[in-house]
Amino acid sequence: MKRHLNTLFVTTQGAYLSKDGETVAVKVEKEVKLRIPVHTIGGIVCFGNVSCSPFLMGFCAENGVGISFLSEYGRFLARVQGPVSGNVLLRREQYRRADDPKASAEITRALLTGKLANCRTVLQRALRDHSDKIDTEAISRASKRLSNTLTRIKSEANLDVLRGMEGDMAHIYFSVFNHLITAQKEAFVFEERNRRPPLDNVNCLLSFLYTMVMHDVRSALETVGLDPAVGFLHRDRPGRSGLALDMMEELRPFIADRLTLSLINLKQVQKKGFKKADTGAVTMSDETRKEVLVSYQNRKQEEIMHPFIEEKITIGLLFHIQAMLFARYLRGDMDGYPPFIWK
Amino acid sequence: MSENGFITNVERELIPISALSQYVYCPRRCALIFIEQIWNENLFTAEGRIIHERVHEENRESRGDVRIEYGVSLRSLRLGLIGKADVIEFHRQLDSTWLPFPVEYKRGKPKPDSCDAVQLCAQALCLEEMLGVEVTCGALYYGKTHRRHEVVFDEKLRRETEETARRVHELIASGETPRPVYKAKCDNCSLFQLCLPKTIGKKGSVKRYLSAMVRENEKTS
Repeated sequence: MKRHLNTLFVTTQGAYLSKDGETVAVKVEKEVKLRIPVHTIGGIVCFGNVSCSPFLMGFCAENGVGISFLSEYGRFLARVQGPVSGNVLLRREQYRRADDPKASAEITRALLTGKLANCRTVLQRALRDHSDKIDTEAISRASKRLSNTLTRIKSEANLDVLRGMEGDMAHIYFSVFNHLITAQKEAFVFEERNRRPPLDNVNCLLSFLYTMVMHDVRSALETVGLDPAVGFLHRDRPGRSGLALDMMEELRPFIADRLTLSLINLKQVQKKGFKKADTGAVTMSDETRKEVLVSYQNRKQEEIMHPFIEEKITIGLLFHIQAMLFARYLRGDMDGYPPFIWK
Repeated sequence: MSENGFITNVERELIPISALSQYVYCPRRCALIFIEQIWNENLFTAEGRIIHERVHEENRESRGDVRIEYGVSLRSLRLGLIGKADVIEFHRQLDSTWLPFPVEYKRGKPKPDSCDAVQLCAQALCLEEMLGVEVTCGALYYGKTHRRHEVVFDEKLRRETEETARRVHELIASGETPRPVYKAKCDNCSLFQLCLPKTIGKKGSVKRYLSAMVRENEKTS
């Protein structure tokens, strides 16, 4: 099994990454600042003007290390993809199920069960830990509604209805998200989810962390040989990673939403770390972005008990384990896909 | 299928010799690696490198009647196998011919099953086909015990090796990965967390897991 592997985030402008034997060498102004054995990293994310040698790209592809290029602000630009690896039988099975509405609905039910349960846990935890500081009534009501949807999902076989339910529950969940912010309430106000571009500090944090989770999910899917583009809950659209978006659903609340809330509530990010352009788009300062990346890395080091495989794992391995469970399900090892459910 | 029972003679259908020892150890492990193509910490390349360093450390003397070659490519069209031997020693015979003697270096210690012997025998069968000679014995060297064990390629081992090759071809052609059966040896398998023998071995476990989650949710709402 893969040990827990770190992601190498390169934010130094003008840095150049190359292959040096079995290691990745990071050069800044022709001087090697860092050498890391490739077997200890799970992914490389480059921000802004950072370049990589083609030999390093090939080497990483061969070793299952994903490389993503993002703008300085964390907007996705490109990904390096090596020769397609993995099991062609698995990918064919993925396409067959995606073409079959009944099979797609079954997978979608599992994905939504995971997402709903985890959204609900975010709310339940807030009720448990901060009942003195929050509008408990509004949150309890939302939690109850999510809970009703969870029961309804079980017997819903129509894919379009399921997709509609997903939209409704996202709306219910985000309608009380602002209540979960217990500190710095003037600087961090959440009204609704907006993305292109994010128009407030909270959406800016959410979007940035979703991009990080996306990189990890895509890398994990490609590593186990699944096609990130062909999804079940998310319909195919050229240029969109349907399966990566599907697999993100259960992990968003547990990883990105919680981290966003704790960064704000523990004052690890502050108002002065964000700036609003004339167009209304909000971006983070370099310092704040680094703070968020470090927190994300630390979160990935935390250990949890995986509820399905019943083993202790680091959160960083979760992407890989869920991708692998999905592949094992498609290849007939199991009677369903077990989403990660956090209690 | 050809008349001798092997699906071969086509270069693209050659399977790696290493698949044989994986199969003897556990058919599911063999399928996970060669059908499912699960990515595994560079299982082969990393091991290969370490071993080559080892081999050179061994510093075996190359006397006048022993010649050593490293990383020799091997192939058998009859058995449909392809691979590389770590080390082939060539022993000078009384009639001045050189007889190949394959040596496989293993990092661990001798195993209770015949997987290493089968792999070595498969190398011998390749050498016999490629060089048109008879290879009578070879050796397994274990890094943990620093011991060399001579292996005689007798009729029984040859039959087991050929039978294993046939079964691995069948397995890979079927495209189906056998379900896991948990055994004590699973605990030491490097693919344990990718195979999940304890979890997947229980049929219907995902449906139960999901129902339990929904039930729990109804209780706490």
